Amino acid sequence: MTLDTVKHAEQTPDAAQPWAELGLKEDEYARIRDILGRRPTGAELAMYSVMWSEHCSYKSSKVHLKQFGEKAPESDAMLVGIGENAGVVDVGQGYAVTFKVESHNHPSYIEPYQGAATGIGGIVRDILAMGARPVAVMDPLRFGAADHPDTRRVLPGIVAGIGGYGNCLGLPNIGGEVVFDSCYQGNPLVNALCVGVMKHEDIHLAKASGAGNRVILYGARTGGDGIGGVSVLASETFDDSKPTKRPAVQVGDPFQEKLLIECTLEVFREQLVLGIQDLGGAGLSCATSELASAGSGGMRIDLDTVPLRDATLSPEEILMSESQERMCAIVEPDKVDRFLEICEKWDVIATVIGEVTDGERLEIFWHGEQVVDVPPRTVAHDGPVYQRPYARPSWQDALQADAPTAERLARPTSGEELKQTLLKVAGSPNQASKRWITDQYDRFVIGNTVLATPEDSGMIRIDEETNLGVSVATDGNGRYTKLDPYTGAQLALAEAYRNVAAGGAKPLAVSDCLNFGSPEDPDVMWQFAEATRGLADACQALGTPVTGGNVSLYNQTGDVAIHPTPVVAVLGVIDDVTRRTPIGFADEGHHLYLLGDTADELGGSAWSQVVHDHLGGLPPKVDLEREKLLAEILIAASRDGMIDAAHDLSDGGLAQALVESCLRGGRGARLIVPAELDPFVFLFSESAGRAVVAVPRSEELRFTDMCGARGLPATRIGVVDGDTLEVQGQFSVTLTELSEAHNGVIEALLG
Amino acid sequence: MTTRIGVVTFPGSLDDRDAQRAIRLAGAEPVALWHRDKDLHQVDAVVLPGGFSYGDYLRAGAISRFSPVMETLIEQAKLGMPVLGICNGFQVLTESHLLPGAMLRNNHLHFICRDQKLRVENAATAWTSDYQAGQEISIPLKNMDGRYTADRRTIDELESEGRVVFRYLAGEDGLRNPNGSINDIAGITNAAGNVVGLMPHPEHAVEPLVGTGKTDGLPFFTSVLKQLVNV
Repeated sequence: MTLDTVKHAEQTPDAAQPWAELGLKEDEYARIRDILGRRPTGAELAMYSVMWSEHCSYKSSKVHLKQFGEKAPESDAMLVGIGENAGVVDVGQGYAVTFKVESHNHPSYIEPYQGAATGIGGIVRDILAMGARPVAVMDPLRFGAADHPDTRRVLPGIVAGIGGYGNCLGLPNIGGEVVFDSCYQGNPLVNALCVGVMKHEDIHLAKASGAGNRVILYGARTGGDGIGGVSVLASETFDDSKPTKRPAVQVGDPFQEKLLIECTLEVFREQLVLGIQDLGGAGLSCATSELASAGSGGMRIDLDTVPLRDATLSPEEILMSESQERMCAIVEPDKVDRFLEICEKWDVIATVIGEVTDGERLEIFWHGEQVVDVPPRTVAHDGPVYQRPYARPSWQDALQADAPTAERLARPTSGEELKQTLLKVAGSPNQASKRWITDQYDRFVIGNTVLATPEDSGMIRIDEETNLGVSVATDGNGRYTKLDPYTGAQLALAEAYRNVAAGGAKPLAVSDCLNFGSPEDPDVMWQFAEATRGLADACQALGTPVTGGNVSLYNQTGDVAIHPTPVVAVLGVIDDVTRRTPIGFADEGHHLYLLGDTADELGGSAWSQVVHDHLGGLPPKVDLEREKLLAEILIAASRDGMIDAAHDLSDGGLAQALVESCLRGGRGARLIVPAELDPFVFLFSESAGRAVVAVPRSEELRFTDMCGARGLPATRIGVVDGDTLEVQGQFSVTLTELSEAHNGVIEALLG
Repeated sequence: MTTRIGVVTFPGSLDDRDAQRAIRLAGAEPVALWHRDKDLHQVDAVVLPGGFSYGDYLRAGAISRFSPVMETLIEQAKLGMPVLGICNGFQVLTESHLLPGAMLRNNHLHFICRDQKLRVENAATAWTSDYQAGQEISIPLKNMDGRYTADRRTIDELESEGRVVFRYLAGEDGLRNPNGSINDIAGITNAAGNVVGLMPHPEHAVEPLVGTGKTDGLPFFTSVLKQLVNV
């Protein structure tokens, strides 16, 4: 086998190369030749192909994502913005918090356990690479129909993978979502979020500078797992005698990752690191080119020094391998010994694989011969950018015209029908308790979990002396977004924002994971364009900048795309976690207030799905000024002890919120339907900008005065009482009946 | 003089900082012990914390049992030093033969994390004297391999000698035994009563603010503190 060196590439300009098999377009291949002034070597071609892939280069989405920067609201809290491994937000008292949500959808469908497990591993390393100690994870998940046989294959594996990896890492899993819809049957969504905490001075960035500084690869050995395109290359260009298709899904080792976390935090503490990057998608290709591209100077790497799990790997494979649990650090020469010592303490393998040079090229050698000689920026940052055509789908108008009016879809009319509807919605897979799933995750480890699922948000104490804390909620309603992508994306943000505020925290920043179908379909691209525009506008209005995130495209089976599913995570801060507000109605006699306005808004609602299997009309209207006001009231009421429970109203409306709050607190409630509202609309409408709160009688006047003065509608709708949920004049249902309907649903289907 | 209680960190220990916090809240001084270091640094008692030491590869606790710190710890435990093994720490204790029996995978084959009701069966050990015998407490349970097992003779011995310290009880959800443990055993002690191991996590139930919002786990740490102060 001939090694395809730079020299060899110069001498054989016409050698055929498998650029198409590696997913490159003809013009992209031509551009690479243009950049290099010759044909790329096999190793260079492999690097460009993965770094210019949709996943790494955002080539279809970039032009739309720009808005998150252009429309970013002024925020004093932003310390590091979009473009790094994760954004960093100032939360006060010298603390900074970094968080990010990203997708691991495709691997999780192929191999549910490992796909989901390595999704956690990857996002945790992103957070770690910023200099932060990871403190919590969350998983927004979407599956096909709950009763579909393939869901039985996919869901238990994904849940076990998230648990198996996250539990072993010692990170509490404090929330997330589980949604079933047949549109995700062939494309489950596995998004993973991690939150990390550091002091301001500990922020680290992914850049390499200072000629002579060493490049250290540490963590797991490099193996043949997770090699996507390159196996094609290796087999077709060089050697067809060895096994070609290694598993494309990586295999995770959470124990190794736990050691990597502790070891990395210790080298940070001793200030041994100048720049750092985790190895995720595209492995060493990505880490070396990004580090070199972001810094000053070039980089020289000797691939022979990379510790291997499989000695037969070719240089291309080593560059492409996505073996997990690896990091790459830039270290000054006189600190290398101490760095290696700390790695040894934690039983982590660490190797100097190269150094920063004063040149401008990324140069990679194999057995003394040069196989890569590229300007790093052309690999990492100057990938192709597409202006994909997009157009409002021809079916959009008909979908929106099919509104769930009383004439179109039969509504419950009697008290008994209302009760049956409530039980049916509360017991449907999307609204039922997810305890069977979340009980497979450790939510207690580290001992700082203040709120966790099924609360509205997950809340973590970050300082034990001052009780400073942060909270995170993720939301995203694909049904709303299908009906109107602009509004749907805004509703996702509004809900997460509201959930954070309902717990008592002030929303500060956003991370998003945009899950869509194929960008080559103009319908999908329109959904994407509309959703990003809606989200960017809403972030601007709410004053919460996007700090980073991820785009996952091609989520479709054949020609059928998933519902457009922007998952939005909102991070909030709370000065004193002892003031947090849970969802449960825990105290008899507290008055219940409905905050906000209720209209007849049932397009995309849980009721229309559960009872009529219907999707049509328009999603609820968004009023971002109202969301802001509601949040301010919820935060002030938490801080000043005016409310004892708060639950945001979203899918399933007030009915679902009451079921959850009653069961969580173990108390019933007596409700009165306000005179101006139809009982069905009162219970099941999904109007945005609303919450239900429990107010102790001693605080009632103060609370209603505050709402009145600020102009937030607050309607007294009942009282916490007994062990029955009663809607006066309509029906009553015992907590036991509610519990039987709401609990046990998921295990019966999937356990 | 403050009472010093050590917490061993093995590679893959997760609840070591939680155990340190619980010790501090009980009024003692937590001392971090490192698995490679044989020296116990003059501690008066030791907690082996929860986690997945060595990834639970091979068998939970099987590799940690051979770490240098365990050599000294096993000697000291035999001489009467109070030792508490929580979850993975309990598994290390059985692998070290400081306690009899072993833990199998949960009978439902899932990791389970929940608030678990227990009955204190033995309030005479070094770690349970601040409870009343028969008292019911609630502390978090979270594990994959929590199903206690032993041969019939060992079980009979544990039962007849009152060495079953905790038993699982049915919670509000009606679920009694969370993993299929023989005789609902959640925790046991050695004949001398200084070594206690259990699967649930008392260190996660020491503050009303976090976790399950209960403090039912704190008496573990105040019990041992009182005993050491009285000595």
